[in-house]
Amino acid sequence: MDIVVLMKQVPDTAALIQISEDNVSIKTEDVKWVINPYDELAVEEAIRIREKQGGGKVIILTAGAGSASATIRTALAMGADEGILISDPALENSDPQITAKVIAAVLNNVNFDLIIAGPRAVDDDSSYVPAAISEYLGVPLLSTVIRQEISNGKIQCEQTVQDGSIVLEANLPAIITTQRGLNEPRYPSLANIMKAKKKSIVTKTLADIGLSSEQKLIKTKIVSLAYPPRRNAEKVIVEGASAEEKAARLLNLLQDKAGIL
Amino acid sequence: MSNNVMVFAGYTGAGFKKSAFEAVSEGRRLANRLNGVLTAVVIGSGTKETALELARYGADRILTCDHPALEDFDPDRYTAILTDIVKQYPPAILLLGSSYNDKNIAARLAARLDTGAATECLEFALDSDRLVATRPLYGGKLMAQVTLEGTPQIACIRSNVFPIAEDMKAAEQVMIEPNLAEPKTRVVEKKLKNSDKVELTEADVVISGGRGMGSSDFSLLEKLAELLGGAVGASRTAVDEGWRPYPDQVGQTGKVVSPKLYVACGISGAMQHLAGMSSSECIVGINRDPDAPIFNYADYCVVDDLFKVLPALIEEIKGQQ
Repeated sequence: MDIVVLMKQVPDTAALIQISEDNVSIKTEDVKWVINPYDELAVEEAIRIREKQGGGKVIILTAGAGSASATIRTALAMGADEGILISDPALENSDPQITAKVIAAVLNNVNFDLIIAGPRAVDDDSSYVPAAISEYLGVPLLSTVIRQEISNGKIQCEQTVQDGSIVLEANLPAIITTQRGLNEPRYPSLANIMKAKKKSIVTKTLADIGLSSEQKLIKTKIVSLAYPPRRNAEKVIVEGASAEEKAARLLNLLQDKAGIL
Repeated sequence: MSNNVMVFAGYTGAGFKKSAFEAVSEGRRLANRLNGVLTAVVIGSGTKETALELARYGADRILTCDHPALEDFDPDRYTAILTDIVKQYPPAILLLGSSYNDKNIAARLAARLDTGAATECLEFALDSDRLVATRPLYGGKLMAQVTLEGTPQIACIRSNVFPIAEDMKAAEQVMIEPNLAEPKTRVVEKKLKNSDKVELTEADVVISGGRGMGSSDFSLLEKLAELLGGAVGASRTAVDEGWRPYPDQVGQTGKVVSPKLYVACGISGAMQHLAGMSSSECIVGINRDPDAPIFNYADYCVVDDLFKVLPALIEEIKGQQ
């Protein structure tokens, strides 16, 4: 069973994000990059499926800047078998549509039974790529999965929805997206970190996969970036001699001053 | 080139999602500025009558696809139907709501039509009749202005951001015969709690609990949320501890909410949590620790034991009703 994990590296959620001079990108020098948290679940699930099925390989696929090889290496240390990095200067300021096209172009030439991805990346929050890949490759998409089972060429998944969950079934090959709760990603052991250094990461350019000019590809273009207006919190300390008094005072403030409730 | 606006109004068996009304209202405003026609599209089972509700929010034309086979959302079926509609009634702009299904369709349609799409939009401007959408990046640490290539320009709105406005039109309803694509997935079982609870991202009031809850007993929060017609959320810690289900998580790795009132109970206020709730209109922090970072972002700071404050607050509200 060969599994492809779509992985993106994103700034750590605690990182300070600063706008570059060009006003359309961010300063990347001091940013700490991590695996998109949802993709970490995807890597873990892929390894578990391979272990359970007793064969096949887990391929990490990333489209992005060259430094992404460090996060691919982390996934290899977790237990993935090989990495593919699509790295091209033309991908510098790409959009999710380009990413999806690039990934689909690569997957047209890779054998896989299953694709696992995060439902969204916590940097651009687009939720675009998995559905577009499903569309480009014509494979079923099962979203926000908390449990999966594979047998006889089929995958059954429990997906979270508002108010509960739905169990869905589809034929393989398919693409599934992760939801928190699917698993607990492992930490790479020192031995596996050493082993990962010998694993292969293949780097490809857009030309290698038969795609060219990015200008024609960009569909969603950032024209400017700005810092959001700072929230002017009132910071009113709700006074009172007891919790009861504070509760009464709070309700009063909410109704009279804030005009809600 | 058409100046028309189309809105895909997300429908569930229980009726329209609130974001459907928000999208239609915003679609009306854009159509007015473009002097275009606003078309609403409703796809589902039992939608014929309900679809007419959208006339109240300014739809000039309501395209309705009503078929029993469309009861369960299926991305391939819905996308195929919407693609046919977009080709028959080509809009300049296509707006959708904020749900996962809406984003799923938006991405597929953009891929099929090779056009630009943006999700989580907070604001729209027009520049020579082209859309300029504002959307957050990096959990709201930055705001991006984006333009979309191609036609239609596809945009999903974020919940609870665009005002719902009534603007009654004598809408014309057109029934659409569905082109039923073969579904690629089958529903095996539905495990739904079947409650009439408000969806977290659509709620006007959100009461969230964090580490300070100490256990999975969220009954005080449930009670308060019920009294105020709101929803219960949770911090990452509360979810990681297994106290609340994952879909309840508010934050950069969970849901983003912008209710009128957000009450953070026993939540310290980590950066990744703030990313999910700092656009709330009014924030109340209840925490025993006076140095909790949440108090830097709260409008009203209650420094006390939440297990004493919440019961008193519930009694106060009950006393008024």
